[in-house]
Amino acid sequence: MSAKEIYIAFQTILVKEILRFVRIWIQTLLPPAITTALYFVIFGSLIGSQIGDMEGFAYMDFIVPGLILMAVITNSYANVVSSFYSSKFQHNIEEMLISPTPNYVILLGHVAGGVARGLFVGFIVTGVSLFFTDLSIDNWFITTLVILLTAFLFSLAGFINAVYANSFDDITIIPTFVLTPLTYLGGVFYSIKMLPDFWQDVSLANPILYMVNAFRYGILGASDIAIGTAFGLIIGFIILLFGWAMYLLNNGIGIRK
Amino acid sequence: MTYALQIQDLKKVYGNRFEALKGINLQVAQGDFFALLGPNGAGKSTTIGIISSLINKSSGSVSVFGFDLDSDRREVKRHIGLVPQEFNFNVFEPVEEIVINQGGYYGIPRAEARVRTEALLKQLGLWDKRREMARNLSGGMKRRLMIARALVHRPKLLILDEPTAGVDIEIRQSMWKFLKEINQQGTTIILTTHYLEEAEQLCRNIAIINDGELVENTSMKALLNQLNMETFVLDLNDDIQQLPELGNYVIRMLDSSTLEVDVEKQQCMNELFGKLSAQNIRVRSMRNKVNRLEELFMTLVEKKSA
Repeated sequence: MSAKEIYIAFQTILVKEILRFVRIWIQTLLPPAITTALYFVIFGSLIGSQIGDMEGFAYMDFIVPGLILMAVITNSYANVVSSFYSSKFQHNIEEMLISPTPNYVILLGHVAGGVARGLFVGFIVTGVSLFFTDLSIDNWFITTLVILLTAFLFSLAGFINAVYANSFDDITIIPTFVLTPLTYLGGVFYSIKMLPDFWQDVSLANPILYMVNAFRYGILGASDIAIGTAFGLIIGFIILLFGWAMYLLNNGIGIRK
Repeated sequence: MTYALQIQDLKKVYGNRFEALKGINLQVAQGDFFALLGPNGAGKSTTIGIISSLINKSSGSVSVFGFDLDSDRREVKRHIGLVPQEFNFNVFEPVEEIVINQGGYYGIPRAEARVRTEALLKQLGLWDKRREMARNLSGGMKRRLMIARALVHRPKLLILDEPTAGVDIEIRQSMWKFLKEINQQGTTIILTTHYLEEAEQLCRNIAIINDGELVENTSMKALLNQLNMETFVLDLNDDIQQLPELGNYVIRMLDSSTLEVDVEKQQCMNELFGKLSAQNIRVRSMRNKVNRLEELFMTLVEKKSA
């Protein structure tokens, strides 16, 4: 395929993915807005007002970056895992597999769809947060880069989950038992400096902590961990998961007999 | 000569050690309308799956218009259009989008894909349904949608895996007409079907596969010539009371106005009708008791199984 044909194939998958989640916006775009609004009301306004400042910021301001990123992580992952698994389940993944579209385009198209939904939801949640706080961004470049890389990373993870999944149960196990606990324990609602030394060390093994802190650094200019380490970790995971996903696709694991 | 499809010693062993293909050799000429027949589980869909890159082969080689599946997979894919046995489109997408998107996977610009989609949907009688979600289509419409989708990139080889399963006779015949037309325009077609009269009507050459092996690969004409005997059912104008005397012909009386006659290869129908006329027996209509290909198919498959 020529570069132009490859671009058309990529664009086709991306547009299809975007139309998919927009078509079912009540399931995909509305729930994160409602959930996050509840977080802001309960944790930010009601409980947050009793907590006072955290790391020199009002509690509401402190949790905003984490809540935005949490929504981005959850939705970019959910988009790819549900879309790709549904394609497998209905066998319409075969439309792509019989075509000359290279495997990396199939992967990037789906991942870009996940990133798109992550960003869409990120904007919605950011919009909701403006009802509760005045959001000002300290470093646009870092904020944008972290949100893009994080959405990319979790879209890749969702893709791998979908490839291995054999039932609809399999696509909910990782989000429920791995992703959600790691996100909640990833410093969304608290600074790890509040934890005893041992639990601080344990928290450092949680990759989501680095992403939340890098994003918080972009918005507030404050972080529990070094920003370079966070970027190194995110990029390292992206390379690892991209290689893994390509291996699965090239060998037809989970998608070809 | 470059074949549309050339398969050599193709083997497939699944993970559970089931040997689905035991060394198939097959050639399909360019422009052919080729039938690939066999009972359920014979290996037809596995063969098609391998050709279309949905199933990994265990060994052997496949080439399409001279392009090798192992070394030129993208070129092979570019030349093939596949209509699978099961509906495999996203039922939550509009009809038009399904076909246009398929064009996109082949690198066809959206505007061009839209033009081609319009032409195909009109030809296949689906244009009015273009904005319907695919799940709302009837079974026959879904089959036609899969044909439109398989043709949007104008493949030189179209593979149809039971395209008319569950389709009513009227739509089936319109699909036959459409397929004949695109074959005449140069598209090579490989057809698998359980409707043997469909294969007999449409296909020039035929291969029969059973238990992972090819049991026959010849022209339709040569295959039908293998029939030593055909059984005809004769509907008579008037009732008769007893079996007429027809010499060497084996004859049975089904009821007072219906006869069944076995006609051997060397026997002649004119002679049969002459003998009937001599006894004042007039034949209103005549039909094969069993489809000729069906009879041969059963013989070949049973012979192999024995």
